[in-house]
Amino acid sequence: MTDHAYNFAYLDEQTKRMIRRAILKGLAVPGYQVPFASREMPMPYGWGTGGVQVSAAVMTMDDTFKVIDQGADDTTNAVSIRSFFQRTAGVKTTTKTADASVIQTRHRIPEEALTEGQILVYQVPIPEPLRFLEPRESETRKMHSLEEYGLMHVKLYEDIARHGHIATSYAYPVRVEGRYVMDPSPIPKFDNPKLGDMAAIQLFGAGREQRIYALPPYTNVVSLDFEDHPFEASKANHACGMCGAEHSYLDEVIVDDAGGRMFVCSDTDFCESRQQAGHMGKDAA
Amino acid sequence: MIELRNVSKTFTLHNQGSAVIEVINDVSLSVAAGECIALTGASGAGKSTLMRMIYGNYMTQGGEIRINGTDIVAAEPRAVIGLRRDTLGYVSQFLRVVPRVPTLEVVAEPLRAVGVSAGDAEARAKELLAQLNIPERLWSLSPTTFSGGEQQRVNIARGFAHTYPAMLLDEPTASLDAKNREVVLTLIEEAKARGAAIIGIFHDEAARDRVCDRQIDVGQYTKGMAA
Amino acid sequence: MTPLLSVDGITKRYGSHIGCADVSFDLYPGEVMGIVGESGSGKSTLLNCMAGHLAPDAGQVVFDTRADGPRDTVTMSEPERRMLSRTDWAFVHQHARDGLRMGVSAGGNVGERLMAVGERNYGDIRDKAVDWLGRVEIAADRVDDRPTTFSGGMQQRLQIARNLVTGPRLVFMDEPTGGLDVSVQARLLDLVRGLVRDMGLSAIIVTHDLAVVRLLADRLMVMKSGHVVETGLTDQVLDDPQHAYSQLLVSSVLQV
Repeated sequence: MTDHAYNFAYLDEQTKRMIRRAILKGLAVPGYQVPFASREMPMPYGWGTGGVQVSAAVMTMDDTFKVIDQGADDTTNAVSIRSFFQRTAGVKTTTKTADASVIQTRHRIPEEALTEGQILVYQVPIPEPLRFLEPRESETRKMHSLEEYGLMHVKLYEDIARHGHIATSYAYPVRVEGRYVMDPSPIPKFDNPKLGDMAAIQLFGAGREQRIYALPPYTNVVSLDFEDHPFEASKANHACGMCGAEHSYLDEVIVDDAGGRMFVCSDTDFCESRQQAGHMGKDAA
Repeated sequence: MIELRNVSKTFTLHNQGSAVIEVINDVSLSVAAGECIALTGASGAGKSTLMRMIYGNYMTQGGEIRINGTDIVAAEPRAVIGLRRDTLGYVSQFLRVVPRVPTLEVVAEPLRAVGVSAGDAEARAKELLAQLNIPERLWSLSPTTFSGGEQQRVNIARGFAHTYPAMLLDEPTASLDAKNREVVLTLIEEAKARGAAIIGIFHDEAARDRVCDRQIDVGQYTKGMAA
Repeated sequence: MTPLLSVDGITKRYGSHIGCADVSFDLYPGEVMGIVGESGSGKSTLLNCMAGHLAPDAGQVVFDTRADGPRDTVTMSEPERRMLSRTDWAFVHQHARDGLRMGVSAGGNVGERLMAVGERNYGDIRDKAVDWLGRVEIAADRVDDRPTTFSGGMQQRLQIARNLVTGPRLVFMDEPTGGLDVSVQARLLDLVRGLVRDMGLSAIIVTHDLAVVRLLADRLMVMKSGHVVETGLTDQVLDDPQHAYSQLLVSSVLQV
């Protein structure tokens, strides 16, 4: 079977239309979870089926596609999804953030500021931020519709009561345009400030949970907090070992059996660009 | 202050062949402020029943019972509750309280209910408990564990805490020793002196003769009835 | 005086079966009303209709709201009704598990209603939670423990604290002492009575325990087969019941 046996970007046109309608509705009501009929994809749930369907629905022949997984372009997941669209859509792919028009991401927002015209597609495991405290879907939908969000603060309260500070470090809940409370997918809370006022379109796809939600460009997004425990976009208190960057999100890498470790940018494209431009960290070879 | 006009009472026992028992028939009486009257009659004559009717505890089938102008027979429960809080006191033979509540609070409660501050109410409660010879070490305990005589005195202290304009006393001196009996009779005399209208049941004839201005034989209203 | 709650002709059917039929009464501020009757008499159905948990088939439940005066809560919009139920109303469930979040600490349970009405200062919320735990006689050092580690009586007291923290004016209680030891019941009754007096609360208490209503309720309503068969002053209904069923109910209680 040749790759041309597939429709452009794998999904049939009717399905893509259905998904586009959900996306448009999501953009019209920022932060609102739009149900959609998620399809079986040739990959397991949890590997980004929601993100892939959204990417497929927004992709055109002219697009340049980038996939990042925890910031990296070179992990299995990123490589697989990139090659999936190379084969089924024949689009150009890139690892350069600035060159991409559609970026599918798992758990990170690129360090480099995105621009108008770009689309950032998030893979979402659990779209419902209220789920952990209120398991009934019927009830959480009602809570969203009536803006009853006290429960979200109960979660943060529990954090402080148990840890002395808000220990939630990823999937940190946000309020969109003063209306819907939204789970930004498991991005580190370091990335939360980038959600708001972003020039690019942000789309969120949850395949197993069959939900799509969206942030149009320049949307107001506020991370929830308490007056006396304000939100903080935290990161490891180090500079990147490779490129020396001091304000990027870092991964901790164990380098030997003796407990040796180094901190490197989680955004591989950002790190490499800086190294090529001559920046050097303390651990660079 | 207390006025009964053509009052009668029947009990209908629905679960015993709907037997109808007439207990009180056509009682009329009135008690003026500062007056104390005694209800007399043989055991079972209906003294306690009549007293309970006046308190609104028993339903009255006919006539009217006016306390300070309010007809307790026709009044809404809410009005009766208000009347019992402000106007009409009742010292029953039995103490009925929430377990675990300290004696001092039990006695102070009627005062708290009419808006007296916690401090003032407690001071008055202490005064009464001391007067009635309840040992101070018991004040912080619940009266549910007390002896019969002690419970009776706590009940009296509670009944006299607020200066009700109308009072009903059911055997207030029963099971009291001479010393405490004297205290209770003094309390009754003080209440009369400040203008309370009192109806009492006293088996203690000497006490009755000392504090009561008139006697009413309840038996005359129940004569000839199948009781 | 305006009644705090004015119930008029509340009827609820389950198919051909009657849940409760044509129930009407007024409840004034500071009053406590007991509803007694055997299992299946419709008392819980009535309570749930009044508290907005069930939609009655007919009738009005008019509540004297702070902002707009008397409003029919049956026909008011759901957001308004839900707002009422986390501000001016409280509901104490028979089983504390139904009224608590078992996975959330005691402090979080009490704080939830505060956060639901917009409080956003952690320190203040926690202080209020500790204060309320004290009022229901739970030690301050249990504030971070989950209710799963509490005894039944403590859970019930925590539920009461959680409900009363926003200073409601009307409390619905469904068998609040059911399933508790007798000694624990007494403590809870004392607590509820004190709170009712000190906060000027009105309450509607559904129970089958006549001793509970005698101690807590000013007024009593006796229900049988969905109908109210007798109402009146609590002590009058208990000491001189008029209706055949009330007489049976009162005479069926074991004297201690």
